[in-house]
Amino acid sequence: MECVFGLVGKEFALVVADTSAVHSILVHKSNEDKIMILDSHKLMGASGEAGDRAQFTEYVQKNVALYQFRNGIPLTTKATANYTRGELATALRKNPYQVNVILAGYDQETGPSLYYIDYIATFHKVDKAAFGYGSYFALSMMDRHYRPDMTVEEAVDLVDQCLAEIRSRLVVAPPNFVIKIVDKDGAREYAWRQTVKDAPVPAV
Amino acid sequence: MSRRYDSRTTIFSPEGRLYQVEYAMEAIGNAGSAIGVLSKDGVVLVGEKKVTSKLLQTSSSTEKMYKIDDHVACVVAGIMSDANILINTARVQAQRYTFAYQEPMPVEQLVQSLCDTKQGYTQFGGLRPFGVSFLFAGWDKNYGFQLYMSDPSGNYGGWKAAAIGANNQAAQSILKQEYKDELSREEAVDLVLKVLSKTMDSTSLTSEKLELAEVFVSNGKVKYQVHSPDSLDKLLIKSGLTQPAAEAS
Repeated sequence: MECVFGLVGKEFALVVADTSAVHSILVHKSNEDKIMILDSHKLMGASGEAGDRAQFTEYVQKNVALYQFRNGIPLTTKATANYTRGELATALRKNPYQVNVILAGYDQETGPSLYYIDYIATFHKVDKAAFGYGSYFALSMMDRHYRPDMTVEEAVDLVDQCLAEIRSRLVVAPPNFVIKIVDKDGAREYAWRQTVKDAPVPAV
Repeated sequence: MSRRYDSRTTIFSPEGRLYQVEYAMEAIGNAGSAIGVLSKDGVVLVGEKKVTSKLLQTSSSTEKMYKIDDHVACVVAGIMSDANILINTARVQAQRYTFAYQEPMPVEQLVQSLCDTKQGYTQFGGLRPFGVSFLFAGWDKNYGFQLYMSDPSGNYGGWKAAAIGANNQAAQSILKQEYKDELSREEAVDLVLKVLSKTMDSTSLTSEKLELAEVFVSNGKVKYQVHSPDSLDKLLIKSGLTQPAAEAS
């Protein structure tokens, strides 16, 4: 089942998400990207109901873009996080989005930051965060090995430790993961961790 | 001929003019003047008080200066009752923004949102446009200190020094001559007082006829400070303006 987690390192933040599109007991796809690149320096990892996730992350992305067009200045990560929380809080009393969000960003003045926002509009600024069944393993692994001054390589090693734990201890562990990073040079895909490839197309 | 188009705010005259909007601007030309100057470490606003009756009991120390948010203040020229409405919407906008983003609203966005309201009355109608011009002084993290001027048509612009209200053209031309880049806040205060003393109809400049406010940053926080009559008197003496000064233009 779903695993989305992230952490803040030295001058960067990263987000990891599983890439399984699941319905009931069936896996539809194992390369579904659940980390939206919101703008040049923001990542939004999301877990939850598949349709809500796609709708909500795209809605936020478009609104962040609209803000930038209208005002000529980008939203900070903090502003984006609070906006996201506001949208979830408004929806909560109407027709809630079943989406949990980990928002990572890099700002000139404040450096890297990470926000934990769940579907009931809980809002935390944190150094490390996780959602889904994988969170039980990812959180305890990060509690043990996380340091705020980690380099990208050290952090990715920690991510691999988390994935190893999830894969060995979680019954419903997803096979594939994607890692994305944001730092002063922008938000980008960093690596994939795949154990299952797409089913090959049979030769005719 | 053009009379037919006078009463509608939203209809162009055959010459392509919106008379009600022009009349509104005219109304502001009779109001007490206000001047703003941008300096490298702050923004200075000054306003001329028209009503100076000894019997008048003012509810606040200022009648033309308003704080809109912690980082933005404005000075008004025009119909005060109209201004109160707009100031209220500006304050609401600023708080809505902080509610949504937990950050202070960028100054230009605040000015723009207010000007959108003003513009609405020149296109969608109502009985008349707002008879108010504003000078906004503020600070934000993107563009630092800023000064904006807006008029009843909903136009606005960023300025280094600007004047609205009575004799604003005379004031504007003096500002054009006297303004220097890299002014300090202290020099900016001197400049606004000097310009106001030259353009005001009354011959002598006293603390009762003035309001002076500054927006600046101290200890990393934006401060809005209105000068007390005492400190105004001191400033006027310092800049040598207490004696009936220069010719009124």
